[in-house]
Amino acid sequence: MFGVLFEQAADGQRYIDWLLSGLGWTLALAFFGWWIAFAVGLVVGIGRTVQNGMIAALARLYVEIFRNIPVLVQMFLWYFVLPELLPNALGNAIKQMSPPWGSFFPALVCLGLYTAARIAEQVRAGIEALPKGQTEAAHALGLTGYMTYRYVIVPQALRLIVPSLTSEVMGIYKNTSVALTIGLMELTAQARQISEATFQTFTAFGAATLIYLGLALIAYQSMVLIDRAVRIPGTTPAKDAIEPRLADDVQPVGSLPEAMEVVK
Amino acid sequence: MNSLDFSIVLQAWPYLWSGLLFSLALTAAAFVIGMSLGTCFALVQHFELPVIGRVVRGYIALIRSIPLILVLFWFFFLVPIVLGHLGGSGRPIPIGATWTAFITFGLFEAAYYSEIIRVGLRAVNRGQFEACQALALSTFDTYRCVILPQVLRVASPIILSQTIILFQDTSLVYVLSLTDLLGAASKLAQLNGRLVEMYLVVAVVYLGISSAASQCVASLRKRYAIAGTHR
Amino acid sequence: MLQEAQTKRSSDIVVVENLVKRFGRFTALNDVNLSVRTGERIVVCGPSGSGKSTLIRCLNRIEKHDSGRIVIDGLELTDRMTDVTCVRREVGMVFQSFNLFPHLSVVENCMLAPMKVRGLSRPDAHERAIGLLRKVRIHDQADKYPGQLSGGQQQRVAIARALCMQPRIMLFDEPTSALDPEMVNEVLETMVELARDGMTMVCVTHEMGFAREVADRVVFMDRGGVVEEADPDTFFRAPRTERARGFLRQIIH
Repeated sequence: MFGVLFEQAADGQRYIDWLLSGLGWTLALAFFGWWIAFAVGLVVGIGRTVQNGMIAALARLYVEIFRNIPVLVQMFLWYFVLPELLPNALGNAIKQMSPPWGSFFPALVCLGLYTAARIAEQVRAGIEALPKGQTEAAHALGLTGYMTYRYVIVPQALRLIVPSLTSEVMGIYKNTSVALTIGLMELTAQARQISEATFQTFTAFGAATLIYLGLALIAYQSMVLIDRAVRIPGTTPAKDAIEPRLADDVQPVGSLPEAMEVVK
Repeated sequence: MNSLDFSIVLQAWPYLWSGLLFSLALTAAAFVIGMSLGTCFALVQHFELPVIGRVVRGYIALIRSIPLILVLFWFFFLVPIVLGHLGGSGRPIPIGATWTAFITFGLFEAAYYSEIIRVGLRAVNRGQFEACQALALSTFDTYRCVILPQVLRVASPIILSQTIILFQDTSLVYVLSLTDLLGAASKLAQLNGRLVEMYLVVAVVYLGISSAASQCVASLRKRYAIAGTHR
Repeated sequence: MLQEAQTKRSSDIVVVENLVKRFGRFTALNDVNLSVRTGERIVVCGPSGSGKSTLIRCLNRIEKHDSGRIVIDGLELTDRMTDVTCVRREVGMVFQSFNLFPHLSVVENCMLAPMKVRGLSRPDAHERAIGLLRKVRIHDQADKYPGQLSGGQQQRVAIARALCMQPRIMLFDEPTSALDPEMVNEVLETMVELARDGMTMVCVTHEMGFAREVADRVVFMDRGGVVEEADPDTFFRAPRTERARGFLRQIIH
């Protein structure tokens, strides 16, 4: 069934090479985008929980904007709109970037900042889930606000949200396919291109689907490992990461964690 | 930097409006199909039906692992073939991008809604089932009158958040060249060259609708949080 | 004499013979025998883990027994769902944790099963519900939701809900154990009234005052078996077994 993938395409490469190159772009986008998202999301998420009203409001504004505009529209904003709004010289420089990079960088920024808003919400939920006594104990020990966050709050909150971070990882790698709309030849785009070149639609989409499935499995497994590695001895394992975290079996109806939206 | 001219948007508004209506119709249809089918999926898994339970679980795992755009491509290609087989002729029946979009979003969202409902079903206290048994309620009445209403009520904020995401995701029908809100803007932008204004306006419309809806969900959540403290 | 024994037998509304129930490798009930006559009030007591809750949960097949026989009002409980449903219609149950339906108002809680199972019309079900809520003195809260009531009030609603099915037997599974101490009495009073009306009752409870006041018989269980059966007077004054004496010492101090 997959034999056609090993035939030569018009450009001299084999179709499987197209797929692999697509996979490469998908992975690059997801990997670097994830670190941008994690860094920005952590800062914004913490920002939402601080006492300073100004910072909290800004963080909230960030989340509202980036969460409530479809990722495809954001993609267009970064790719089409931003260069026009910048001073001419800069805008033209952006537009003249060589082909893959001209799509890759806007897509990277877009996915990073979009996912950051979602991670920020997880971080905030994690921090708010901690008992108030933790902050009080830290203050009673004379820790400053910064130290409280750095050594007490954030380390615990991040452990709590490992499962939901998994679903964000799955979210960002699935959203990389949106980059095909601004011309990045990632996995889905390559699959479509192969299907159009060979008319073997089943094979082309089937191969891409299998690769995505494999990636999902790896993402899931590695998060299980990470969860095990960072778990505090004496605490219960985090909940099944892939599923929406509505509640444990024992949790009474009526109280559901907020951060349970499902990403795709 | 070129000067912006938003008057162009006013002229374009009727077209954008029809695009927005399409987006909303698609959201509504996907919500209805997705919720009904998703509830069935969740119940099938909840009852641990032997074969069909595994099939449904596999379908959901698959759908949740691959990007929506790829799902759209799959269905665009598969639905005519499947319909052809169902029709008996064996030849593909082209149904057009619009119908494909409705079917795809319905089936796609069903996987996500079903996960929410499935976990909600698990969260229902066992005592509720026992009380229904003690009152001799039939299985059908147990789920229809007691269990599902509770699940839907408790999960409603999450279901609604999911629906807001669904509304945003409908913009992806752009890859099928449909004229939803974004599709309308993009088609106009190619005609009049006013990319910047068009996309900015579209962004603001999406932002407005989604954040207004999010606010409603948040207040709903707060109301339930208060009601819950009475227990 | 013989004739009297036979009439007694035929009026047994609950017959349990050689009942065995296991949870995995743990045997919760081991060869339990029990019979209850119509109109009789039985109090089942015993230390936690003695199988007393499991026993009454088997009586309306909330738990499936592994072997032995349970006959309720002439119908044996087996896998046949039609029989099970028939039995459950005639057997009301009150749970330790109330198990009211939180999304339905108090009166709707009481109306649901009569409408769905007994086929009552809405006005009839409403009338019956209000009547029984009045009986448990909570009709003024009929339109509130369970979450808005105190524990004692919720438990009285649960009793009314069970009564709305006009059961022939009422099972109580530690109805006061989840309540704050000051609410225990209101629930016990309701149960005493019910007993005075002649309802057949099987109550798992630690409320020995209640047992003394209304029980015709006390059944003491330990480690999955019935250890002692006696009228309350005898049981409290002169328990025959060491285990029963130990248990009574613990709860009466």
